Amino acid sequence: MPTTTIGGHEVHVDDEGFMTVYDEWSEELGKELAAQIGVDMTDEHWAAIRFLRSDFPEQGETATLRRVSTVAGIPTKQLFTLFPKKPAKKMAYIAGLPKPRGCV
Amino acid sequence: MTTDQTPIVPSFDDDETDRKLAIICSKGNLDMAYPGLILANAALGEGVETHLFFTFWGFDMINKLTMGDLKFSYIGNTAMHPPGRFGVSMPQGLAGMPGVTAATTKMMKKQIADLGVPEVPEFLQQIADSGGHLWACRMSADMMKLTEDDLFDEVEGIISASDFIEITDGAQLLFI
Repeated sequence: MPTTTIGGHEVHVDDEGFMTVYDEWSEELGKELAAQIGVDMTDEHWAAIRFLRSDFPEQGETATLRRVSTVAGIPTKQLFTLFPKKPAKKMAYIAGLPKPRGCV
Repeated sequence: MTTDQTPIVPSFDDDETDRKLAIICSKGNLDMAYPGLILANAALGEGVETHLFFTFWGFDMINKLTMGDLKFSYIGNTAMHPPGRFGVSMPQGLAGMPGVTAATTKMMKKQIADLGVPEVPEFLQQIADSGGHLWACRMSADMMKLTEDDLFDEVEGIISASDFIEITDGAQLLFI
């Protein structure tokens, strides 16, 4: 499994660059990851990312967009504004989690 | 084990394309409503411009009076089996008995809900919120004597087949 250096931290990633070790992530690193894909983190961005982080250990998989909107209460429209074009994958990337596997 | 100097970053925007998807929804059965909705939702999540065109029986998916109450019958569907019981067939004759459609509909709705997948109206709202475009077929509206007031609020307009072809210029197309 490859490793890569993000903001001075060496982390394990998959072939695409998604982090693979849950505990290697920190909010500081999340900010660096966001910067890599052109996302400037605000409190609203963090609300979504923190939900993903806390939901993952309980569910064993990354929350889908639908789960973020229904369980965390962040409207779908807002998610598309915060993380344009590919919100589910971008959120997973910033949160240091695998891509969501659910269809909906 | 490799270590790269340049970080490995997914190419979220590098692969930005002008890819478009057009989905024609022509069925009003519960089980035939979902393929289009799921694919539209997936395409939108990948940044693909998506248009849905509702025609004929597909109008039941956007008619306010029917959209929340689509039904599933296994009449003519020889693949039907009780949930999880593969290889056990359901007699076709039973499918037409009173109450059977209600029971099979309830069963399918529960299976869909158990996966966290929304019902049709909520799903269409999610698609609209994700930037999807919903269009109603002019000929179907005229046949059924329906106007925009009768249709789900997020439907952008009642348009002709040629308008739809024009709007979806260059799109990949699915007919369901």
